[in-house]
Amino acid sequence: MAATPGAMALSAASAAQALDQGGRPPPVLERGVLRWLRTNLFASWWHAGLTLLGLYVLVAVLPPFWTWAVAGASFAPGQAGAEACARAAGACWSVIAEKHRVMLFGLYPYEQHWRPLVAMLLWCALVLASCVPSMWRPSVLAPLWLAGGAACLALMGGGVAGLAPVANSDWGGLPLTILLFTGTVLIGLPLAALMALGRRSELPAISGIMTALIELTRGVPLVTVLFVAAVLFPLFMPAGVNFDKLLRAQIGMAIFFACYEAEVIRGGLQAIPRGQIEAATSLGLGYWRRTVLIVLPQALRIAIPGIMNHIIAAFKNTSLVIIIGLLDFLNATKASLVDPPWQRYATEAYLFLAVVYFLVCWAMSQYSQWLERRLADGRPAG
Amino acid sequence: MFTGESLRGLIYQLAAAAILVLAVWFALANASANLSRTNIATGWTFLAEESGFQVGESLIAQSPTSSYAYTLLAGVVNTLFVSAIGIVLASFLGLVVGIGRLSGNWLIARYASAYVEVFRNTPILLQIIVWYTVLRGLPGTRQALNPLPGVFLSNRGLRVPAPLAEAAHPWMGLAFLVGLALALLWARFVRRRQARTGQRLPGFLPGLAMALGFPALVWLVAGAPFRLDMPVLRGFNFRGGADLSPEFVALLAGLVAYTGAFIAEIVRAGIQSVPRGQIEAARAVGLHPGAIMRLVVLPQALRVIVPPLASQYLGLCKNSSLAVAIGYPDVVNVMQTTINQTGQAIEGLAVIMAVYLTISLSIAAFMNWYNRRVAIVER
Repeated sequence: MAATPGAMALSAASAAQALDQGGRPPPVLERGVLRWLRTNLFASWWHAGLTLLGLYVLVAVLPPFWTWAVAGASFAPGQAGAEACARAAGACWSVIAEKHRVMLFGLYPYEQHWRPLVAMLLWCALVLASCVPSMWRPSVLAPLWLAGGAACLALMGGGVAGLAPVANSDWGGLPLTILLFTGTVLIGLPLAALMALGRRSELPAISGIMTALIELTRGVPLVTVLFVAAVLFPLFMPAGVNFDKLLRAQIGMAIFFACYEAEVIRGGLQAIPRGQIEAATSLGLGYWRRTVLIVLPQALRIAIPGIMNHIIAAFKNTSLVIIIGLLDFLNATKASLVDPPWQRYATEAYLFLAVVYFLVCWAMSQYSQWLERRLADGRPAG
Repeated sequence: MFTGESLRGLIYQLAAAAILVLAVWFALANASANLSRTNIATGWTFLAEESGFQVGESLIAQSPTSSYAYTLLAGVVNTLFVSAIGIVLASFLGLVVGIGRLSGNWLIARYASAYVEVFRNTPILLQIIVWYTVLRGLPGTRQALNPLPGVFLSNRGLRVPAPLAEAAHPWMGLAFLVGLALALLWARFVRRRQARTGQRLPGFLPGLAMALGFPALVWLVAGAPFRLDMPVLRGFNFRGGADLSPEFVALLAGLVAYTGAFIAEIVRAGIQSVPRGQIEAARAVGLHPGAIMRLVVLPQALRVIVPPLASQYLGLCKNSSLAVAIGYPDVVNVMQTTINQTGQAIEGLAVIMAVYLTISLSIAAFMNWYNRRVAIVER
């Protein structure tokens, strides 16, 4: 921890006092870099030992890592890259240069890769726009997402405006991950609000059904929910009716996400004083109007930190579709590594993936903290 | 007209119940039609049949001639085994890192936050796959890494020395229980004496000495028997010692590293939630540091720590189902093979769900009980 401003001011004041009384200036260890080192790294023998150990680890790990990752690494793509990798002492980043198309876009037809790329950029622009609190109005967000979403799906699927149709079983890579993530959040959040309201309903049948659904889903892993969507759901449909696998997985993930989010929102709902509801009722507002206009806006605002946590988890959870065989970013990468000359360099490819996932999740958590601070300041949420 | 609020409520409820019943009936009717069309059996008779496959590793002796029910039990035991070890290790790691993040040592605090940020912000499935890839990429058994005497790390997993069973072990266990009971009695005596006279005798160290000293005494009396089963390279693989497969190590490492990062944050938040004034006030009334930690800081921090910790434990158990991605034979993996062989997906998934719901409800019940115990009774 850095020295607190209070402590600094105090030591400066006492130093000035000491000089006024004709005393000596504070010893050199009480000032500047040395003081910082002493309080933060060498405060006691125990801390000095820990610091030396930490420095030793740094010295022992960093140079070999540099040699592996940069100095001795191979970056060239293609056949030359594969040969360079076999010779290189360090990492083989060539695998990413060689396989990035498959990793990023999966089985999508090669010449058409610009389509998922544009769709992905558009999708990201929509997400970024939705992060601005002043946009948080249904009259803004709903048309934005309807138009943007339709454009993205048209780009990906084709069949309109002269674009060649591409079946969604061929969609893959990072665009699929982002699609699953935004789909989960877009379907899941309204569903979660409804489920939370249902669970708090005064009608026993409604709250009973919702409680059972939420608790049962929260009690099992996402893997089983995905199995239900992939394996059981077709069994429960009449013969001949065929929902596609992507849509089933998407709905399964959305329901799973909604069950967790419903509990967070329920926490927010419980924090709303009864007086708010009674005041709204006394103004003559019915259930839906007082819920939508009075209760939910306040409850959601309270629940924002928890909601963001589960949204970040939802992004990480998209990787689980590997288990039912969808080619998301992780699975497309895994599939691209089947190629014999590149099989040995899986670690490098996965590290690249980890960096991408990390950046996205880290950005979201920073955004969540920013939002929390902003709300703590008492500024309107949007 | 439905003007009465209660009448409207009744109708809504009837409608919801009717929709639910219709949906279930629709699904089951379709399922039975689909199953009879594809000649897939229904019911639970398959559980008694021979499974015909061997799980990769198991704590209970399982073979292809075992029944499906027994094979499934092997999977459940594996799930419980990896979850239990994972919970212990992740709690320990989380505690150390959580305290490390609050350390006055700048370097240690940076290390701790770097660990938390990296492992919290990448998918656990990716982490497990990376651990697995790294383990499989290790040299073969003949060139196995040998970081400590008797510890071998190769692409066949981890081999460590294991203590051999001795005749004295059950007696040592008994002595431990006796010592523990005596320690508890001693603690009670110390507490009562302090309440009566105000004087406090040392409670913890004598108790620890009793709980550990008795088994040590029995061990010494038995002639201090201690033999280690050291792994030795024989041909292409190791003999002896305890064998941890790459699948198990990768799954455990992934679960511990991921959950540990979350637990570290929970521990940090818990400790930070205790106001400084509480510690200063405790010091002012003359409590010594151990008593401040035990009587003032921990009770208040635990109140904040326990509920989210419970959900992390639950999350760890549920995440152990990701074993299916690397082939560790947990309950999901075993059930998936069963479903592939018998086609009975409904029964199979019902079993998986029942297992996880049981685990979840047990952990939730235990943590609720513990939470009530540590909750501070307010006015």
